[in-house]
Amino acid sequence: MDILLAIAIMALGAVVLGAALGFASIKFKVEGDPLVEKIEAILPQTQCGQCGFPGCKPYAEAIAKGDVDINLCPPGGMEGVAKLADLLGREVKPLDAEEKPKQIAIIDENTCIGCTLCIQACPVDAIVGAAKQMHTIITPLCTGCELCLPPCPVECIRMEAITENIDNWKWKYPVVEIKAAPLQKAA
Amino acid sequence: MLMNLFKFKGGVKPPTNKTQSLGLSIAQAPLPSKLVVPLHQSIGGTPRPVVQAGDKVLKGQLIGEADGWISAAVHAPTSGTVLEVAMHVQPHPSGLDAMCVVIEPDGKDEWIARQPVDYQALTPEQVREGLQQAGVVGLGGAVFPTHGKLTASKTVPMDELVINGAECEPFITCDDLLMRERAEEVVRGIGVFRDLLQPKKVLIGIEDNKPEAAAAMRAAVDALGEPFLVVQVPTLYPAGGAKQLIRVLTGKEVPASKRSTDLGVQCFNVATAYTAWRAIAHGEPVVSRLVTVTGNVGEPRNYEVLIGTPMGELLQLAQPQPDTDGIVMGGPMMGFLVPDAKVPVVKATNCLIAHSERLFPPKAPEMPCIRCGACAQACPHELQPFEMYWFSRAKNFGKTQEYHIFDCIECGCCSFVCPSRIPLVQYFRFAKSEIWARERDKNAAEGAKARFEFKQLRDEREKAEKAEKLAKAAAAQAAKKAAEAAAAAAAEASPTAPDSAAAATQVQASAATVEATATPAVDAEKEAKKAAIAAAMARAKAQREAVQPKNTEQLSAVQQREQAEIEARRQAAHLTDPAQAEPAAPASEKTD
Repeated sequence: MDILLAIAIMALGAVVLGAALGFASIKFKVEGDPLVEKIEAILPQTQCGQCGFPGCKPYAEAIAKGDVDINLCPPGGMEGVAKLADLLGREVKPLDAEEKPKQIAIIDENTCIGCTLCIQACPVDAIVGAAKQMHTIITPLCTGCELCLPPCPVECIRMEAITENIDNWKWKYPVVEIKAAPLQKAA
Repeated sequence: MLMNLFKFKGGVKPPTNKTQSLGLSIAQAPLPSKLVVPLHQSIGGTPRPVVQAGDKVLKGQLIGEADGWISAAVHAPTSGTVLEVAMHVQPHPSGLDAMCVVIEPDGKDEWIARQPVDYQALTPEQVREGLQQAGVVGLGGAVFPTHGKLTASKTVPMDELVINGAECEPFITCDDLLMRERAEEVVRGIGVFRDLLQPKKVLIGIEDNKPEAAAAMRAAVDALGEPFLVVQVPTLYPAGGAKQLIRVLTGKEVPASKRSTDLGVQCFNVATAYTAWRAIAHGEPVVSRLVTVTGNVGEPRNYEVLIGTPMGELLQLAQPQPDTDGIVMGGPMMGFLVPDAKVPVVKATNCLIAHSERLFPPKAPEMPCIRCGACAQACPHELQPFEMYWFSRAKNFGKTQEYHIFDCIECGCCSFVCPSRIPLVQYFRFAKSEIWARERDKNAAEGAKARFEFKQLRDEREKAEKAEKLAKAAAAQAAKKAAEAAAAAAAEASPTAPDSAAAATQVQASAATVEATATPAVDAEKEAKKAAIAAAMARAKAQREAVQPKNTEQLSAVQQREQAEIEARRQAAHLTDPAQAEPAAPASEKTD
């Protein structure tokens, strides 16, 4: 008799808890993968495709699945790799490309023929212009992805590194200068 | 007139070193050889240059137009010729260049037509705009455009207007001399601010080491019959910080990430009030300011200096000692060594100190932090500099923000008291600029992501729209074909039944021939296509011909004659065009 009662209590408990879990899984369902969002927040959003994926989100999804390495994003640099390693608990690996300084595209407006090819190539809508009209880069919106370079038929787009100016200048890390002591002559 | 004063926590008492430059009255600095006027001299948007090389300008003429509401205009400090609008080294710790207008003075110092205004006849908006156009900015050092601070909050009633004459930093005496010699105009300027903000009380705070300035201000206030209170506050660095002075005078503590206006208090520097009055009552924009020249010089003194004067030339007036090895802009606590003696005096320049190793011996090397807590006791903002130091040093910027690094006013009290001589403020500046840079990058990345996603959405939408359009066109084509076929069938069926019978037999016959020989049928198809193309071309031609220029119908005889003349001229010009163009071009070059 006792054993039956015990079984009944356990079965009842299982049913109640199972129902609660089932309800919670519907009620508190998480849309999308939160890990992908976290990874995407670390990626620099240049949408350059240098990782081999068509944009930052596909790369973030691939990282979340564990298919690819975390060191494929040159614009993110070593700092980005370190952050991803920290988030995902993976090894820090050296960047799989050369780390370049941040740069922006510049259109030589005298050479531009107004073909609109670069406008179509720009992933972040940072080029303005119309057919047979001069095009130009909206400098603050350019991510420096270089995707506009190959389609240009007259090669009038070049990349320039962003130089330091008063607005983006940063205070340097305080470094204590140690003065070299005068060399003592050997007796 | 005793009033209850409050205290702020912390603070230090460095040697004031003010008496050196107080012995002589304000002197007018002579015209320099060249004036380099930076366009960006205030917080906010960079003014756009409105002059170019070769232009003649008069003193007070606009050379940089304010860009946006938080931005202030820039004016020519004297009459002369604009030599260039170009990048020049700035009085900034970075030593980087920024856009400047370089003016060669003509020696006449000729003003533009100055138009004094009666501000009481104007609306507050007009007064604020006038101050923006005159380039009036906070001369205490922060150079925030003054007009931006002169709008009373709609929700919080304005209780106190605090006028800052504390001038707490060592060596600097320009506000002291201004109040001693030009108190009346300062008080009139405060009157303008009072009328715009309508506060219940006006408090003028002056440190008690400046009794002459306080007496002069009291006399001016009494003479003008204003109800302003001149209050002497204890000498304690940094009593001249806006939040500290507000605390001392009103007892109100401005919370982190809030502004004093949220508590019904607004604060202005005395020199700002003076320039505002000059702008309103004399129509003079801000083209000069008082600068204390002191330190390792033979004759420390306050000068009225044109904006854009090279600091090296100004320093020469005070006869620097031979061992001078640099110029500090600002005081010894918050100032910095300027990168070059060529840098110009700007609106933020209140003091130049000739630097020498005798006056400012080099600091002994930094030692490890011993966690004595002296910095926390000295901090006027009640922060914990030692904690912020650890995290800045370790580049753990999130933690520095948890310790409220952005409430730090970089007054330098912590570095001043540190027994290990740690340059704490430098660490905080480093951490702050790193955090700002990250914030910028993050915002840029978010914007790029949003635009990328929008572009993808747009591409998808365009694709869908195109597909829909094509489907519609195909459907319309099919319907048309079906209708044509039906019409043809009907036409064949009803009126000429025998003909249709004959046609039917013909079709049968042709079908038979097709079966017999395929090639003639193909030819026939080609012929049919050709005929269709020819018909389409004829239709298009007819359509083109049908379209006539609309405004050429019903012309009067006069208009027709005119048109004929124009046509004739056009043809003549066309024939002689190259011949005419060639001699014309060199001629126009010569006139240049």
